[in-house]
Amino acid sequence: MKSSRFTATAAATLVAALAVAGCAGGDQEGSGGRLALTVAIDPGLEQGAVDAFNARVAAFEQANPDVDVQPQEYKWDATTFTAQLAGGTLPAVFTAPFTDGRGLIERRQVADISGEVAKLPYAKGFNAEVAKAGQAADGGIQAVPIAAYGQALHYNRTLFTQAGLDPDKPPATWAEVRSAAKQIAERTGQAGYAQMTAGNTGGWILTTLAYAFGGRIEQVSGDSAKSTLNTPQMRSVLKTLQDMRWADNSMGANFLYDWATINQDFAAGRIGMYVSGGGNYGSLKAQNGLKPDDYGITTIPLADSPDAGVLGGGSLAVVKAKSSPAVVAAGVKWIDFYYLSKLTAQEQAVSDAKTSAETSQAVGSPELPVFDRALHEQRQQWIAEYVNVPVRQMKPYTERMFDQPLVPEPTRSTQQVYALLDPVVQAVLTDRGADASALLAQAESQAQALLDRK
Amino acid sequence: MTTTAPTRQAAPRSAVRPAVPPRRRGKRRGTGLAALLFLLPMFAVFGVFSWLPILQTAVMSLQETNLVDTPEFVGLDNFARVLDDPLLWTAVRNTMWFAFLALVIGYPAPLVLAVLMNEVRRLRGLYSALAYLPVVVPPVVAVLLWKFFYDAGPNGLFNTVLGWFGVAPVAWLQDGGTAMVSLVVESTWAAMGGTVIIYLAALTRVPPELYEAAEIDGASVWRKVWHVTLPQLRGVLLITFILQIVGTAQVFLEPFLFTGGGPANRTTTVLLLIYNYAFASSLGGDYGAATALSLMLAVVLALLSALYFRLTRSWSTT
Repeated sequence: MKSSRFTATAAATLVAALAVAGCAGGDQEGSGGRLALTVAIDPGLEQGAVDAFNARVAAFEQANPDVDVQPQEYKWDATTFTAQLAGGTLPAVFTAPFTDGRGLIERRQVADISGEVAKLPYAKGFNAEVAKAGQAADGGIQAVPIAAYGQALHYNRTLFTQAGLDPDKPPATWAEVRSAAKQIAERTGQAGYAQMTAGNTGGWILTTLAYAFGGRIEQVSGDSAKSTLNTPQMRSVLKTLQDMRWADNSMGANFLYDWATINQDFAAGRIGMYVSGGGNYGSLKAQNGLKPDDYGITTIPLADSPDAGVLGGGSLAVVKAKSSPAVVAAGVKWIDFYYLSKLTAQEQAVSDAKTSAETSQAVGSPELPVFDRALHEQRQQWIAEYVNVPVRQMKPYTERMFDQPLVPEPTRSTQQVYALLDPVVQAVLTDRGADASALLAQAESQAQALLDRK
Repeated sequence: MTTTAPTRQAAPRSAVRPAVPPRRRGKRRGTGLAALLFLLPMFAVFGVFSWLPILQTAVMSLQETNLVDTPEFVGLDNFARVLDDPLLWTAVRNTMWFAFLALVIGYPAPLVLAVLMNEVRRLRGLYSALAYLPVVVPPVVAVLLWKFFYDAGPNGLFNTVLGWFGVAPVAWLQDGGTAMVSLVVESTWAAMGGTVIIYLAALTRVPPELYEAAEIDGASVWRKVWHVTLPQLRGVLLITFILQIVGTAQVFLEPFLFTGGGPANRTTTVLLLIYNYAFASSLGGDYGAATALSLMLAVVLALLSALYFRLTRSWSTT
């Protein structure tokens, strides 16, 4: 009896294992025996946008009759990306933020597409600083930059007006930010300045501010990296936040914001100012119902230091790891066709802008050039007819964004180091007696341990 | 336990075996095979979805892997790294604090409610339904709802109520001192209904003569509860106690959705730490450390359960 039970169990397990194994691996065959290529499409799009996407798919398939493009809803989300990556459920072509580019490449979690990318006619024309986010150690582009931005200070013009501030003259120094925040809090009862602190965004924004104060959070030398969290610049950042929170009481009542929740509260008129990506307008309007008249954006105030700069970011298009050469080739063709041609070719740029405008998506949000500045400005002229964002309200940012030095995100263990900084900024904002130096020293020692593991 | 032991002594195996005729034994074997066939789907489901993952967890705890490259065996390095992480002890302390608060707040609450409801003669069904209602609300929805209640601004629901009495707004989730208590209150509200139903069912089995005898002796309500109800429920109480300990040691949903472990790790629990090891980095983190800590937690809980049952064996009614 025992042996038959064992046999039955073993057989059942084997059958199940085979069934599971049968679900994975190998190129999937699309309709008509063509090569199936799953590609990312934003979830929750209006029907018009879906139709426009499908039209692009049809055009691609006409040009590449051996490929069956299969759209799959996907948008990068920190909370689900890892599980999708580990589970192999991502589309064959998907996007990821600059933050993860180097890590994905080093950990071989994306396919090496550098050979195919090198064949593209504009392969050598990428903005050098932007391209770094997707370059492997040998310089090959394994993750293709498709959008770039710099961090910015977003503000609510209505709250500025209600507080007696001039919305056309936003703060240009951190002292002015502090003073404006205090005035907004006192006169409107809303948070004058708020900051992300949760889900690794606390580290992201703290790093942004450290850059703006002239600091860096790591120094890389060859294969080794040194954590530099506990610097005078970072301590100055935390001192500024401590003063705004405890001396001025100008930061509201929520100190556990992440990207989604701070956007919600900003769009709802509960926040006067906050720091986030410069191209955030589209998301604020589409996802959070921001009233365009409320919106203002300006450059992040930089300290009077030669090292002060703006943390840059953006999106990369990549192909799933372990893809076959055929899928890699088709994937790079799709990246070229869908993501890059609208940056380089007039017809595609205009068509994309027209579709976006017709489906109430933002056209003309501030962004930095993926290629050179001349091509970027040329594209702005191509799509000028369809621009639907409040351009005049964005001038404090767009008129100065090219004057600020762009500094790439840290490259080693970026997300893990950001995670270490979350509790530091949370402690400073929720504990009046928090010792910022001690917290930074502890975080630096933990970050160094992480960097040494690499 | 005491009721089954004499039966076992009265019918030892050696005494039973000769009474079973050989033909009947053969028939039994046939029945066993049929039963096994019926059990096969269960074996398959458990094998694939429970035992195989447990086995994989044990193997992965000895590996360094990103689930894409070939895994590398690293011995006990993952266990050493987890034990060396200062956040582990913070998470253990927080989890024990949550468990303690849940025992103080969450353990007696359903019992009190069940006893009170048991005393009610009318509309008991309605009260039961109302008590069970929070269990029906999807947990994520419940947390989102309570987030509004806990809004730290003066317009938050709880703070508005406090404002009526001239009390200043409380930073429920935003303050390290109140965050964990806030989580326990919500989780008690969310889970209480199920336990109330269990207690109510157990209370129906308490012989009414015991209460009548107590009443004849002039016992007050409190003495009836203390001397009749609680002793009669002790078997169920012991089970719900250990289930609560095991459940609270694995608390994840509330800290994950309410605070993300903040402020400043004051609500980071062991299970949230496991999640963070595996998923906090969007690149896919330290699966080895996550599985190592999972195994350690499972072993600790198994030992705790065994110890608890051993210590309380003499109190048990079953």
